[in-house]
Amino acid sequence: MPAEPPIDVPLHLFEAYERLAVRPAPVPIAGGTDIMVRITGELGEIPARMLDLSRVTALKGITLDTGALVLGAATTYTEIRRSALCRAHLPALVEAAATIGAAQIQNRGTLGGNIANASPAGDTLPILLAADARILVGGQRGEREIQASEFFTGYRQTALAADELILHVTFPLPAGREIRFRKVGTRRAQAISKVVLALAWRGGGPSFGWSDVRVALGSVAATPIRAAATEAVLEGARPTPEVADRAAETLAGELVPIDDVRSTAEYRRMVAGRVLHRLLREAGGW
Amino acid sequence: MSGFRFLVNGAPAEVDVSGMRRLLDVLREDLGLTGTKEGCGEGECGACSVLLDGQVVDSCLVPICQVEGRIVRTVEGLSLAARERGDLDTLQEAFLEHGAAQCGICTPGMLMAARAYLDAGGPPDEEAIREAIAGNLCRCTGYTKIVDAIAAVASPVE
Repeated sequence: MPAEPPIDVPLHLFEAYERLAVRPAPVPIAGGTDIMVRITGELGEIPARMLDLSRVTALKGITLDTGALVLGAATTYTEIRRSALCRAHLPALVEAAATIGAAQIQNRGTLGGNIANASPAGDTLPILLAADARILVGGQRGEREIQASEFFTGYRQTALAADELILHVTFPLPAGREIRFRKVGTRRAQAISKVVLALAWRGGGPSFGWSDVRVALGSVAATPIRAAATEAVLEGARPTPEVADRAAETLAGELVPIDDVRSTAEYRRMVAGRVLHRLLREAGGW
Repeated sequence: MSGFRFLVNGAPAEVDVSGMRRLLDVLREDLGLTGTKEGCGEGECGACSVLLDGQVVDSCLVPICQVEGRIVRTVEGLSLAARERGDLDTLQEAFLEHGAAQCGICTPGMLMAARAYLDAGGPPDEEAIREAIAGNLCRCTGYTKIVDAIAAVASPVE
């Protein structure tokens, strides 16, 4: 039988903050889809204490703020998929949520959990990077907002302190911005990504090139990353066949993935380039 | 240790266990409801699927403290209403008729995932049914007969 570490069940955020301020800090649990596997002891250390977040209503909810979509950290993938606001304003996130696990995982797993778990293969994370999302964290010392691009500091390392919780994620919604998402895994459901890619841009009509281009990837480095050289190729350009060729080649050259149980470095480089090429072709309509 | 109260298959249950005890272990070990199976124990296979407030979940990934005050439905609960008439649930009947169960380890979880799909008004559409049971692994049937059984019970879109 798995371990059963002691767990506190706070009802309010300030109570959760109090528990987190104690050393060693308890490990928060929301949907449990990552953390419950850890109590088997087969994947590293078993947490000494746990903190249940499921009753803290302040972590829930999806709202449209001025020019931004705000998702509570405890928003599940199923809630994202069903949300009219997400479908209307951030369909790429809905698409990403639909590729995670299957119904059992989507009903439980949360956006905040995906972020805190900080797997390089976390499927929503490239969307956060591509959308210039901001992550609000809080604790007894106060609240602070961290750019998604500065949140993932190393392999499963984040800018979140042990006494802090992820509260919500803000996705700015600039006019004319498009985001595309593609995940490549072994099968469509229940598969951890081999390559996951999100592409964002703002288009200025036929005579203008793209601006604010973001190319973000998962499963190709120790953290979710942005591909700066590839973004530079696409910035100011338009999605023509020549540009797509050059961008795909740049991306394959820019990435330094590893071989592991799910895939090889060679495959990941090649597939990332092909996926980007495909997304550019679709955007260019050729 | 503290007491957790919830409904299982319509009946009140109370267990005095650690809050991190898995719902799966509470069902099987504490409540004797061994219809729910443990497969992988890490949310990959779906054998331990149950309904929590009507949503299908892997009971190996749910700590019991999160079940307080909620409604759990297991495979034992499927035939509860029907059993008074000496019957199985229509979905269980369809599994029998279509040969959708072989070794049986995935069957309780498969039934619960399918039940959640049907209760949500899911249509007899193969693609949608396959997505609904994508979190439930079966190593015997090749899924075709399971999909056929679920489709036979699903109401056509009006």
